[in-house]
Amino acid sequence: MKTVFKKSVPGREGVWPEKPKSKIEDFIPADMLRESSGMPSLSELDVVRHFTKLSMKNFGVDSNFYPLGSCTMKYNPKFTEQVAALPGFARLHPVISQLKGAGRHCQGALEVVFETERMLSELCGMADFTMHPMAGAHGELTGVMLIAAYHRDKGNKKTKIICPDSAHGTNPASAAIAGYDVVSVESHDGIITPEALAEVLDDEVAAVMMTCPNTLGLFETHLPEIVKMIHEKDALLYYDGANMNAIMGKMRVGDAGFDVVHLNLHKTLATPHGGGGPGSGPVGVCEKLTPFLPISRVKKLEDGQYYLDYDAPKSIGYVAPFYGNFGVYLKAYAYMLRLGREGLTRATENAVLSANYMRKRLEDDYEIPYNRICMHEFVASAVKQAKNGVRALDVAKALLDKGHHAPTIYFPQIVKECMMFEPTETESKETLDQFLDDMIEIARLSDSDPDFIKNAPTTLSVSRLDETKAARDMVITDDIE
Amino acid sequence: MIPQELLYAKSHEWLKVEGENGTIGITHFAQEQLGDLTFIELPSVGDVLEAGDEFGSIESVKAASEVYMPVACEVTEVNESLEDAPEKANDDPYGEGWLIKVKITGPTDDLLDAAAYQAVTEEDAH
Repeated sequence: MKTVFKKSVPGREGVWPEKPKSKIEDFIPADMLRESSGMPSLSELDVVRHFTKLSMKNFGVDSNFYPLGSCTMKYNPKFTEQVAALPGFARLHPVISQLKGAGRHCQGALEVVFETERMLSELCGMADFTMHPMAGAHGELTGVMLIAAYHRDKGNKKTKIICPDSAHGTNPASAAIAGYDVVSVESHDGIITPEALAEVLDDEVAAVMMTCPNTLGLFETHLPEIVKMIHEKDALLYYDGANMNAIMGKMRVGDAGFDVVHLNLHKTLATPHGGGGPGSGPVGVCEKLTPFLPISRVKKLEDGQYYLDYDAPKSIGYVAPFYGNFGVYLKAYAYMLRLGREGLTRATENAVLSANYMRKRLEDDYEIPYNRICMHEFVASAVKQAKNGVRALDVAKALLDKGHHAPTIYFPQIVKECMMFEPTETESKETLDQFLDDMIEIARLSDSDPDFIKNAPTTLSVSRLDETKAARDMVITDDIE
Repeated sequence: MIPQELLYAKSHEWLKVEGENGTIGITHFAQEQLGDLTFIELPSVGDVLEAGDEFGSIESVKAASEVYMPVACEVTEVNESLEDAPEKANDDPYGEGWLIKVKITGPTDDLLDAAAYQAVTEEDAH
């Protein structure tokens, strides 16, 4: 397919409701005029066909099942888009709230920030939240900076952050970027044990970053003892909210003893996912960390007026321009209001039920390394199939032929020929059954006709891509013929 | 596929000892688990490392992994041909796919012989 620039024909243009009467030369000095904007010249029909065809090449949750473990590719209801498109929100300039005396023109938007922070604090059992971080990993970095600010303020000399091998992959990166030495702790039978933690936990540890349930979809059952051990060292406990879908309405991480938490609104609270953003990774903190939250803060006066507060001498300062991705967390706000306490709890229950249903139906045909009640996702392995030369990658490719998105493969690395499934709460039993029937058929074909699976996909517009060549001989081009 | 004359680390590196000189690479089992290698990052000549230290990283189509020193040593030579042809460590892990040559400065007592390493790979395969 040609790019929209390659399709450009000089002089061709779309439909103008009315031709502009003035010329650009009348407004812009001649020496500042560009000869070309670099924009393609196309008719309206050219543009419509181009983008419609592009969208048909896309594979998304709007068209197919997408059980990509660890990523929570659930369906986002369209009403949140309508809310975000309301002109009062969509056309509001972010600087309005900072102009002297102009706060009364954006009370609704400030209320959304304030109320979203209150709702997330309630959902997570935290003292306060900041909506500023622009994505999950940005939230992690902000969280670790808050931890550093807390220790600095107390005069603590802490240099290390512990990340379990079952934690989310970005955790060690965030800790390292914030200047900490990263120490790994091994999981045993899929979870962290107090004994393993004790081996690495010393006075220099600033924090432990946990994902619970972890990337194996398993709940950390030793949590109470682990929390106690960490707090005894004046270290803080960080909760990576990547798997919040498994505990929403069931457990509040603040009540469990976590000191800092970030949420991925695009996973849990129905904001757009993927494509590099715009995301939203709000961070919640316990009481003793609230003085360090980024500025500005939205506060409420006794008369009900909202205003931006910059009076926070211990704040870590700005982490984002303005107030984070407002248009994104506005959708989360609408979603939480619509579902309410009961709805959010039911979302979690359905996510966990779907994952366990899938796990049970696959257990005869695939190895399930931690075959016990899981949370919202689980890990299976293609080791049985690998005996016939069919690996996790081949199973994933065969699923594409069947019209499903592949699961996450080869992560977490602690499981061989790993395939990680997360069905989410938004899929019907019919969709799950179709997927499971196809998985089981692939397992049987792996025995009877392994070459067929190894050559998948055969029904898509391209056959098996050479991923090794793509990684070894990278050619970057805008030519996507 | 496990050469008898080499020593092995549980983390799947091999060491060939020739007097005080050594050659280090990853095992056939390791390259098979990693899949097609796409990038290998190695230390610099002159680096002094302890046993167990991370000395480089290996990326495959599946994942990025670290490699660990089987023995305390000083790096004397690195296999620069791997920069353009990381697949050598797939195709010939005990030969042309060697990673580094070193001057051995520490004991090798904790390393495994071929039979003991065979047992490790059998354990790991489950």
